[in-house]
Amino acid sequence: MLVAVLFSLPIFTIASFVLHPSNEVWQHLLDTVLGEYLLNSALLMLGVAIGTLVIGVGCAWLTSVCVFPGKRLFAWALLLPLAFPAYIIAYTYTGMLDFAGPVQSWIRLSTGWGVRDYYFPEIRSLGGAVTMFSLVLYPYVYLLARAAFLEQSVCVLEVSRTLGCSVWSSFYRVALPLARPAIVAGLSLALMETLADYGTVAYFGLGVFTTGIFRTWFGLGDGAAAAKLAAILLLFVFTLIIIERWSRKRAQYHHATNRYRSLPQYRLRGYRGLLAFSACFGPLLLGFLLPAYQLAVWAIETYPEMVDASFVQLTLNSLELAFTAALLAVVLALFLGYGKRVLDSKTVNASIRIVATGYAVPGTVIAVGVIIPFAWLDNNIDSLMREYYGFSSGLVLSGSLFALMFAYMVRFMAVSIQTVESGLGNIKHSMDEAARSLSCRPAEVLFRVHLPLMKGSVLTALLIVFVDVMKELPATLILRPFNFNTLAVRAFELASDERLADSSTAALMIVAVGLVPVILLSQSISRARAGS
Amino acid sequence: MTSQLDVENLDTGYEGLQVVSQVSFSLAPGQIGCLLGPSGCGKTTVLRAIAGFEPAWQGRILIDGTVVSSKTVCLAPEKRNIGMVFQDFALFPHLRVEDNLRFGLKRLDSKAQQSRVQEMLAIVGMPAYAQAYPHQLSGGQQQRIALARALAPQPGVLLLDEPFSNMDAEMREQLAREVRSILKQENNTAILVTHDQNEAFAMADQICVMNEGSVQQQGSGYDLYHEPANRFVADFIGQGVILPATVQSATSVKTDLGVIVGSQPIADEPGATVDVLIRPDDVVHDDEAGESAIVVEKAFRGADFLYHLRMDSGIEVMCLAPSHHNHKINERIGIRLDVDHLVTFSRN
Repeated sequence: MLVAVLFSLPIFTIASFVLHPSNEVWQHLLDTVLGEYLLNSALLMLGVAIGTLVIGVGCAWLTSVCVFPGKRLFAWALLLPLAFPAYIIAYTYTGMLDFAGPVQSWIRLSTGWGVRDYYFPEIRSLGGAVTMFSLVLYPYVYLLARAAFLEQSVCVLEVSRTLGCSVWSSFYRVALPLARPAIVAGLSLALMETLADYGTVAYFGLGVFTTGIFRTWFGLGDGAAAAKLAAILLLFVFTLIIIERWSRKRAQYHHATNRYRSLPQYRLRGYRGLLAFSACFGPLLLGFLLPAYQLAVWAIETYPEMVDASFVQLTLNSLELAFTAALLAVVLALFLGYGKRVLDSKTVNASIRIVATGYAVPGTVIAVGVIIPFAWLDNNIDSLMREYYGFSSGLVLSGSLFALMFAYMVRFMAVSIQTVESGLGNIKHSMDEAARSLSCRPAEVLFRVHLPLMKGSVLTALLIVFVDVMKELPATLILRPFNFNTLAVRAFELASDERLADSSTAALMIVAVGLVPVILLSQSISRARAGS
Repeated sequence: MTSQLDVENLDTGYEGLQVVSQVSFSLAPGQIGCLLGPSGCGKTTVLRAIAGFEPAWQGRILIDGTVVSSKTVCLAPEKRNIGMVFQDFALFPHLRVEDNLRFGLKRLDSKAQQSRVQEMLAIVGMPAYAQAYPHQLSGGQQQRIALARALAPQPGVLLLDEPFSNMDAEMREQLAREVRSILKQENNTAILVTHDQNEAFAMADQICVMNEGSVQQQGSGYDLYHEPANRFVADFIGQGVILPATVQSATSVKTDLGVIVGSQPIADEPGATVDVLIRPDDVVHDDEAGESAIVVEKAFRGADFLYHLRMDSGIEVMCLAPSHHNHKINERIGIRLDVDHLVTFSRN
C-alpha cells in the first residue's frame, strides 16, 4: 500500500494542478499556444490512428488467413519496427530525406535540377511525424489484431460463407467486427505512445503537449503552468486507458465457440501474391530494414571518432541505470505480487491497479510530477538543515539519480508487475497448499515452488524494463543529474545539433538492445494457435 | 481416546461467510471416511478446515488427540502432520516424479529419502517413472503420484479433495478401489470428499452425508441406502419414489401396492398418513402379481432394465427388472412389492 501511495504521488501531483489557480503565464499560454497544442495533438493522433490501423490490420489479416510467398517470415518480422524508438527513426529519415541527404542529392544529380526546380515533401512536418509514428507503432495493432484473427473460430467464418458472403465481405462483416475490441486496444496503446513521445515532436519542431511542457518549464521557467499542461495531457491519456480497458473486457465475450480447426488458407497466386508480399514487405522495409541500414552505414562512417572513452562511459551509464531499474522493478513487483497472492485483500489489489497506470503516463508528465514534490521536500530539508545545523544541504533528492530511478519505477513498474503477476497467476493455488501440506513454511513455498516456476516470467520482466529504460528519453532528459548522460540522451543531443550521422552509434546501440525482447515476442507468436 | 481424527461441533466458512455449522464426526485409526454431498454443501470447506487452510469459528478439530483447530488455536498446515491429494493433483511441474515425492521428506537423511521414494513408487506400482516429469504422465498416473507424494511423509491423516473428479467415469470406481487397497495396506486414516456416491461406496468405511453446511446422516453405504434418516438422504442416495401410505400398526403401513411390514417401530400413530420410500429394487416385476402398471419410460442398463411405471391411481414407481424382461412403452406389466427395509417419513 505504501508503495502504491508513493508511486501514485507524481500522478496525483499533476492531477491536482487541474484545479490550481491560473497565473499570467498560463493565461498567456491559453491565449497563444494551447489551441495549437490541442490541434496538433489531435491531428497527430488521428493520422497515427489511420496509419497504424491500415498497416496493422491489413498485415494481420494477410498473415493470418492468406498464403503467399514469405508469409511465415512476415508473421514475426513485421514486429521488428517495435525495436525502433520513434525519435531514432525520425532522425534517420530526416538524415536520408532532407535537402543534403542521399535521396535528394541523387535526384538532383540524376536530373540536373536545381534547388527550387522540384517538389519534395518536407519530412520535418506533421505529416512526417504521422508517418514516423505509424511506421514504428503499427506493430501494436498488428500484434493484437493478429491474435484476435487467429482466435476466431473457423465456424463463424464458414457460416458467413454459407450465408452468401464472399471472402472479402466476410472479412468486413464478420472477422473485423469480432476483432474490433482487440484492434481498439492495440490502437489505444499506439496512441498512448504517440502522446508520450517527446524526441520526435521536439526534433520536428511540432507544438504538442510534451514539447509545450518542456518549453514552459525551461523556456518560461514556470513549473505550475507546465504541470497544468501535463494535467491536460494526462486527461487524454486516461481517456485512452479507459477505452483500452473497456475494449479488453468486451473482447472476452467474443469467443463464439471452443472448436478450433486450422484457419482457411486463401492461396494468393500471381499478381495477388505479389501484392500481398509487397503490402507486408513495405512496412518492414520502411519501418526497419531501411532505417537500420542507414544507421549502420552512418555508424561505420563515424564510429572511429565517436567511440571513445566518453562513449564507453555513456554506455556503462545506460546499462547501469537500466539494470538497476530493472532489478528494482522486478523485486518490487515480486513483493507486490506475492503480497497480493498471500493476503488477497482489496487494498493490495487497488494499490496494484494504481501502480499499473504509470505505464500509460508520458515520461514528461512523470518527470514534472516527480520534480515538484521532490523539490518541495528538498527545500524543506534544506531550510531545516540551515536552521539547525547552519549549512545548506542543497538539492539532495531532485537532482540525484534517486529521483530518476523513482521516475523509472513509476513509469515501468506496471510492466514488471504485469509479467510477474501473470507468472504467479499461472501457478495454481493448490500448488501453494500442496507445499504447505507437505510441511513447507510460506517463505519456503516462495523459494522452493514459486521462484523456480516463474524463472521465465521474472527474466522477461527484467528484460522488458531494462530495454524500456534504455530507450526512455524525456524523463531522463529532465531528471538526470548534471553532466550525467545516457545513450538515448546523447543520441537526442547530437541529432538536435544536426549531427545525425554522429548520433548513429548511440542510436544503433539502442535499437540493437531493443531488438532482443522483440525477437523473443515474435518467437512466441510464431508458435501455433490455440487448439492446434 | 482411540480416534485418529475428531471433528467436534465445527462451524467454519470463508470470506466472512459461514458455510458449515455444527459438523461432528470421528475416524478410528486406519478408517476411511467420506464427506458426501452435492456441490456447495460445505464438504470441501470442512476438509480445508482440517488441513488448516480455513480457521475453525466454533468447535474443535483434533488429530491424533492433539487440538489443531479451535476458536483460539489454528496450527499452520505445515505443522499438522497431514497429507493432501488435490482435485488437480497439484504436482510440481518443475520437479521430476522422485523429487515431487521427496518434497515432503526433508527431515529424513538422503538415504532414507531415497528408500522411502522407492517404496512409495513400488506401492503405487510405478517404479519405472522416477525420472519422469509430471506432464509426461497420464491422468491416472498423476493421480497415483499425487497419492504417493501425500503418503510419503506418513501423515496422521490423509485428505483427499475430490481426487477422482478429473477422471472419466469408467476409471473412477476402479481407481477408488485401488486407492482404498493402498490406504488399507499402509493402514492410513483418510478422509475423502466427493459428490459421487459410487466413489464413496467404493472407498469409504464411514460416509457422512452433508447438505447446506450440516451433517444429515453418518453410516455405511448400506445403511444410507436402506435406512436414510431423512428425505434429503433418501433422495440424494440411490433412486426411488415416495408413496403416500396409511399407518396400520406399529410396524406396518398400507399403500396402493399393498401392505408393507417393517422391523422397526413407526413413529406415527396408526391411521396417520405418512410417506414411504420405495426403491426400484423394492418393486418386483411378476406377471402373476395382482397389481399392474403401464410402462412410461425404460432405460436399458446392461444387466437390468430400470422401468418407470404408472399405476391406475396415477402414482408412478420405479422397478428394476432383469434384462431379458424387455417390455414396450405403454405395455401393462404385473408388479408386486418386496420391501426389506420399511422407511417412512412423517408428513410435516
